[in-house]
Amino acid sequence: MAKQVKLNVGIEDNLEEITLEIPESTPRPWDGQADLKYVSKRVPRVDGEAKTTGRAKYTFDIQLPGMLYGKFLRSQYPAAVIRKIDTSKAENYPGVKAIIPVQEKLPMIVRFAGQEILAVAAETRHQAEEAVKLIDVTYDVRKFVVNKEAAMEKSAPIVFDTNVEEKSAENKPGEESGSIEQKSNIRGPRVTPRDGTPDKVDAALAGSDATVEATFRTQVQTHSPMETHGVVAHWTAEDKLKCYASTQGVFHVRDELANTFSLPKSNVQVITKFMGGGFGAKLSMSIAGFMAAKLARKANRPVRLMLDRKEEHLCVGNRPDSVQTLRIGAKKDGKLTGIKLISYGTAGVGTGAGTSGPARNIYQYDEFYAEESDIFTNAGPGAAFRAPGHPQGAFALEQAIDELAHKLNIDPLEFRLLNTKHNDVRQVQLKIAAEKSNWKKRNPRPGADSGPIKRGIGIANSVWYYFYGQNFQVSTRVFSDGSVQVTNGVQDIGTGITTVIASVAAEELGLKPSDIVVSIGDSEYGFGPSSGGSVTTGGISPAVRDSAYLAKMRMFEIAAPLLETTPENLVAADGKIFLKTDPAKNLSWNDVAKKIPGDNFITIGERKQDYFQPKIRTIHGVHVIEVAVDTETGVVKPERVFAVHDCGRSMNLLTTESQINGGIIQGLSYALYEDRLLDRNTGIMVNPNFEYYKIAGSMDIPEIKSVILNVSYGHNSTGAIGIGEPATVATAGALANAIYNAIGVRLRELPMTPDKVLRALEMRKGAES
Amino acid sequence: MKKFEYGMAKNLAGAFEFLKESEAKIKAGGIDLLDLMKEGLESPTRLVNIRTVPELSFIKKDEKGNLHIGATTTLAEIAAHSEIQTRYRALAQAAKAVATPQIRNVATVGGNLCQRPRCWYFRSADFNCLRNGGDHCLADEGENKYHAIFGNQDGCVVVHPSGTAVALMALDAKLVIARKKESREIHIADFWVTPEDDVTRENILKHDEILTEIILPATEKSTTSYYFKQKEKQSFDWPIADVAVVLEMNGKKCTASKIVLGSAAPVPWRIEKAEQVLKDKQISVTLARQAAAAAMVDANPLSQNAYKVPVFSAVIYRTICWAAGIDPFAA
Ligand SMILES: Cc1cc2nc3c(=O)[nH]c(=O)nc-3n(C[C@H](O)[C@H](O)[C@H](O)COP(=O)(O)OP(=O)(O)OC[C@H]3O[C@@H](n4cnc5c(N)ncnc54)[C@H](O)[C@@H]3O)c2cc1C
Repeated sequence: MAKQVKLNVGIEDNLEEITLEIPESTPRPWDGQADLKYVSKRVPRVDGEAKTTGRAKYTFDIQLPGMLYGKFLRSQYPAAVIRKIDTSKAENYPGVKAIIPVQEKLPMIVRFAGQEILAVAAETRHQAEEAVKLIDVTYDVRKFVVNKEAAMEKSAPIVFDTNVEEKSAENKPGEESGSIEQKSNIRGPRVTPRDGTPDKVDAALAGSDATVEATFRTQVQTHSPMETHGVVAHWTAEDKLKCYASTQGVFHVRDELANTFSLPKSNVQVITKFMGGGFGAKLSMSIAGFMAAKLARKANRPVRLMLDRKEEHLCVGNRPDSVQTLRIGAKKDGKLTGIKLISYGTAGVGTGAGTSGPARNIYQYDEFYAEESDIFTNAGPGAAFRAPGHPQGAFALEQAIDELAHKLNIDPLEFRLLNTKHNDVRQVQLKIAAEKSNWKKRNPRPGADSGPIKRGIGIANSVWYYFYGQNFQVSTRVFSDGSVQVTNGVQDIGTGITTVIASVAAEELGLKPSDIVVSIGDSEYGFGPSSGGSVTTGGISPAVRDSAYLAKMRMFEIAAPLLETTPENLVAADGKIFLKTDPAKNLSWNDVAKKIPGDNFITIGERKQDYFQPKIRTIHGVHVIEVAVDTETGVVKPERVFAVHDCGRSMNLLTTESQINGGIIQGLSYALYEDRLLDRNTGIMVNPNFEYYKIAGSMDIPEIKSVILNVSYGHNSTGAIGIGEPATVATAGALANAIYNAIGVRLRELPMTPDKVLRALEMRKGAES
Repeated sequence: MKKFEYGMAKNLAGAFEFLKESEAKIKAGGIDLLDLMKEGLESPTRLVNIRTVPELSFIKKDEKGNLHIGATTTLAEIAAHSEIQTRYRALAQAAKAVATPQIRNVATVGGNLCQRPRCWYFRSADFNCLRNGGDHCLADEGENKYHAIFGNQDGCVVVHPSGTAVALMALDAKLVIARKKESREIHIADFWVTPEDDVTRENILKHDEILTEIILPATEKSTTSYYFKQKEKQSFDWPIADVAVVLEMNGKKCTASKIVLGSAAPVPWRIEKAEQVLKDKQISVTLARQAAAAAMVDANPLSQNAYKVPVFSAVIYRTICWAAGIDPFAA
């Protein structure tokens, strides 16, 4: 059965009425006029106290009776063939219970320094570490290549002599599968068929009044979550595996374990109650999960295998680097004619170094063409990392856009407005940025400040895409004492979905978020999404609301005869159920619950396809960054960030703001400090720590002010869209543009460290004289 | 990490007793030592904790006005000491600039002076660095962005890590070194060992010697000092350049000075050429810049650290100005 609803949808208060047909069993979607008590308000994290007091148990904290400690032996060479492994000394070391090679048969090919060779399980961590040192490996050391330019040369050592297929655990936009050519270390170029052709884009560029051509370089960034990768694996019966995992996808890991060990899904349980960050690197089980389970089976004891910081830097993912050559052009009136992007990058022994998302999806242009290639090197594999390809892409594109605006003598913000007319949300965001940030106060002439410390303001756009996933099942259980439990398998990777679930359910049931017990992070609960692609909130929240709505209807059915009315006349608010027309006629939630037959009832909400596809399917953001550049030391100090973002309807302004803050902080850290450095002579990482792999600390974080735009479409019951990834896309580009505004020189390479700033200033000085 | 015995010395005599064993090692705050032990680069069979020795932790003035600082005084205590803040400002600033508040609460000044270099090749068991017994310096032709621009032609290109050493050098500190019942006093400049002399060590201490105290000479009212540490980040970070400046002033004129650089060379690096520029002159921004330029004349950057030369120039002229109480950015 369907019902018709009228909704007022649009951007902020600029609303229009639509009529929509929705299933009878679902609530009227929250629209632009929804008057809500908890949702879209600032609700503190329901698990905040558990986290700050240390009561929250992360995978790292799991201790099981009889648990062993696992440790990997890793290759010290970036390229080698292993002929022989002698474990006899380690086997006799005290406490050692199991030793298992990663590859059963030798020879084994090693492709990067740090690659796992085997794993040991012992009674204590110390014993496992010492035992690993006793293993003799006979390496046949090969020539390696860690520099991607060198890897592209004909004479370069070959990293893979077979074709590599891309396996991606996350939706990546604009990536059509199909086999991609691989020649020596170069996989690609990948060309997207729906783009134009080189000839067409060249013609468009030739017909431009101004063009910019420039090459941009970005570095390898490691994910560096607070909690490293790892699992505790426990065989509770011969054919039953229970696994505590620090993962972004309990169901995905469950599937991987079930497949690996040929177990039915019903016999594998993956648990992630609290998780210390993943940023895309923890979408799959990782070799740690696989080996821990093997060791546990062999030793017949639970095994904990958590990586240390060094291993985390080396082996479990990174944001690939890039070299991007962009050509863009525009007419005198500022209209973009074409964008051509040639991009290559290395994800080490992995794939996925593409960067074209921003260039393809932010602006309107006549012609677009991109070629993207992965270069294989003897380095740890890349992995999906918070908006894969996009911070890199935006760093290049947004500087090129800026440069073109300067060439045409058009205000860079105005230029962005001119070329995004197709996108109402972006238009509103750019106008807010123009009005509310200090944009208008920036240097009209770059580098105009006197004195060695110069200030500037820069702007950049962000883009991401609305993904959500389907068939997730959320259950709401109401007990006869009035307590409420909302359950789904989804994991909270730190973004705050637990609080969102509590808020959405509380809103619908007329209770407080603290009244709702949220049970998540367990593959034995209802199906939930992997947290990748910014899908979690948009994927789960409608199912939460729909299940709570059904629970409310059940409560109304029980309450109606008691209040001498029919269910449709009832509302729930402030812990009461009462007559719409006469609130004085009410019953408390708990009194109604007492009448629940038996002990409790359960309702299920299911994430179905959206009612319709929203007109705008991208997610946007604008960052305006103010910076101070010391032109004598080259030190760059961001001073203020103003950000405008949208995510449909924010489910919780506090946690949304946290995502924006986090995205900006991670973006600044990427822009200024982080850099995985491999020793050119040995291929070994020289900075696998937080001392010389530099990460922004509290003192490096400027004032951040964000505006969260409310965009309602009415496409499902909550209207939530993701924010995790879009929040980090624009930052490095905006900062680079701010630096240009400050010093009049463009930095086309990340990270923008003092050496690069000074070199750029020096080169300009050279050019001037 | 290898197994080791752990002894808590109650007094100096007890500490020396523990140190009899040849593989014994002193632990003060343990910040540096434990890192090296975990990496397997130091494997003492016995650790002697000297933080439990009360007679090593003090700050006191003698009748001649010299200030004595016990070796296990923490960096936090030094940074917060009001007399050090006023009379030996550079030292208070240097202590305050080290690492993080947590580390400063535990790290001792003695340990800070004796800590080993932070070169990434030296600090990692993945590499066989010259200082750890390898046959050549891996940084010289490897990744050397944070390495030495002076004194880097003797095989090893590490930079000296201690911030307080830089200030103490400029302040003409003396060190007291004790061995059993004997003790001797040396000038801090004579404490360091260059790679040319011995690439496996950074100072002259023997394994059974303890640095017991630091003596700062009495200062005149006309002495002024300043320490500045330039980092890439604002949060905890090692310096890319740090410098201590001590000026003897006669009215507006500088009669003598000491300028010492950290993170520049394998040992704290005094720059007499720059000191000469200041001698008997009135300090101005221009003069300070000339001194900074003179300081960099002999710089010999490696493949990736040429940027440190302009960074040092900036930090030196600014620190001279701050020491003299003038604004380096005044137009
Ligand atoms: C994250 C981080 C950042 C840091 N940043 C800085 C920085 O910016 N600037 C800086 O200067 N330092 C920095 N440090 C280093 C830190 O300051 C030193 O490790 C610390 O000061 C060492 O002091 P300790 O008392 O812990 O020494 P310990 O580790 O106990 O000892 C260090 C060495 O000195 C020897 N030793 C100690 N005391 C004596 C003594 N009285 N007599 C003889 N030998 C002795 C020990 O045997 C050992 O070999 C940083 C350290 C970390 C971890």
